[in-house]
Amino acid sequence: MRIVVDLNRCQGYAQCVFLAPEVFQLNGEEALVYEPNPDDGRRLQVERAAAACPVQAIVVERLAAAERSVAS
Amino acid sequence: MTVAATLAELVRDFRANGRIVIVGASLAGLRGAEALRAEGFTGPLTIIGDEPYEPYDRPPLSKQVLKGWVPADHTALPRLRALDAQWRLGVAATGLDRATKHVLLADGEQVPYDRLLIATGTRARPWPNPDEAALEGVYTLRSRDDAAGLQRALAARPSRVLVIGAGFIGSEAASVCRDLDIPVTVAERGSAPLVGALGGVIGEIAAQMQRDHGVDLRCGVGVSSLEGDAGGHVRRAHLSDGTTVAADVVLASLGSIRNVEWLEGSGLAAGFWGVGCDAGGRAFDINGVATDSVYVAGDVARAPHVLYEYQFLAMEHWDNAVLGAQAAAHNMVNLEPHYRPNLLLPGFWSGQFGVNIKSVGVPPFGDEIVFTQGSVKDRRFAAAYGRRGRIVAAVTFNHGRWLEYYGRLIQESAPFPPPPPGWDRPDDMKPMPADFPEPGVPTAVPDVVLTGHDPNERRAEFRPRR
Repeated sequence: MRIVVDLNRCQGYAQCVFLAPEVFQLNGEEALVYEPNPDDGRRLQVERAAAACPVQAIVVERLAAAERSVAS
Repeated sequence: MTVAATLAELVRDFRANGRIVIVGASLAGLRGAEALRAEGFTGPLTIIGDEPYEPYDRPPLSKQVLKGWVPADHTALPRLRALDAQWRLGVAATGLDRATKHVLLADGEQVPYDRLLIATGTRARPWPNPDEAALEGVYTLRSRDDAAGLQRALAARPSRVLVIGAGFIGSEAASVCRDLDIPVTVAERGSAPLVGALGGVIGEIAAQMQRDHGVDLRCGVGVSSLEGDAGGHVRRAHLSDGTTVAADVVLASLGSIRNVEWLEGSGLAAGFWGVGCDAGGRAFDINGVATDSVYVAGDVARAPHVLYEYQFLAMEHWDNAVLGAQAAAHNMVNLEPHYRPNLLLPGFWSGQFGVNIKSVGVPPFGDEIVFTQGSVKDRRFAAAYGRRGRIVAAVTFNHGRWLEYYGRLIQESAPFPPPPPGWDRPDDMKPMPADFPEPGVPTAVPDVVLTGHDPNERRAEFRPRR
């Protein structure tokens, strides 16, 4: 699954770090780093983290792989 | 049929059958495409990108990817909706024929459009000497491939890394090196790191931060040449002060070049600073007339900003790519007076040496700075920038939650020094010169620049009325 965090909006509340520590980490006191492509097995964790973010900075992909097909 | 009804019919027809081409398959291109579909555009949509990858996110590249925590190919951007687009990836656009409305591709093909969105962004400025740039171990950091290569080089535990240029990318890379316990030297031509973006007062704090973390920081020096060994691998660098630095990995972080060469001869106002456009993303031609069919968004766009005396701003910011593309997409499928501006208050973040640096507004627009909250010593503070008695920007170190407060003041053109936030005030709140380098002094180029008219770039033909 794919996620992206709007780090401009992120204010380091760290709710995501608490709910999905394997995906989100703080580098220092408020600089967030995250795994943008976590295992699908962590979807529930990530969705809880996204829902808990006070500034709603976490975007979780909703599309199935088939729908995002890229022909080159 | 009334004129209004005819126009409404034209808009309906364009939304159903118009052909839209987006050149640039990164954040702005992707979010622009999604916004077009969200706005009800159902016609054929083509997205052209010179890299073979689908759109990916760049901020992680200089942070978690470089550190080796996340592989470079994990950064593909999440999709917010189905696009039903034709993707032309791995082929660059090489020309634009506005007379016949075709985008020319490197493989010889010509793609017709009714409306075009230019989102070609920027690329890393390479080390200027091509032979030296070609040495093994010399990197730039902008693309997914760059990040993957540099990450491998760092994972091989080099004896020393030399970072040339202490802007955001260079400083973040130096920070990662220290996290990995790799010796690193940073050479910056300006007086301090981040000086172009945040000025000398904040630059001094950034410099101290680097030194506290064991970075061998050298300011006011340039790198004159790079030297390789017999095998073609970089081994040392010669600096303008006569010293040498032995390093087996070199990162040239010299700012960016806007991808406008393919627009040469198109008659658009494209040049060094990007493609001129109005606040709604409509590209200007070389005479400053807004076009109806060509739009610009993201790093390559430069538009007048209402909060900054209508000076042209080029903003290499994440949310400028998103919001600029959404505004352009909206305007591409609507008519005046329903156009929408991209009135973003610019802002960026940077994580380095364990500190979250955030800014709002345009710091280089200001000439004074005042510390308003917190403590410089603790690396946890807020400072505001002012110009002629008004607040124009703010920066925070580990104080990001207060940025909204300052953002609101900037939007209201509140007085400078700003009204005290009433909490955590430093002892001394005296404005001082912000100490930005004189224009023309070489530094790592800041990622938001005022790009007011440059007479050297004038290519318009001026024909006074007889």
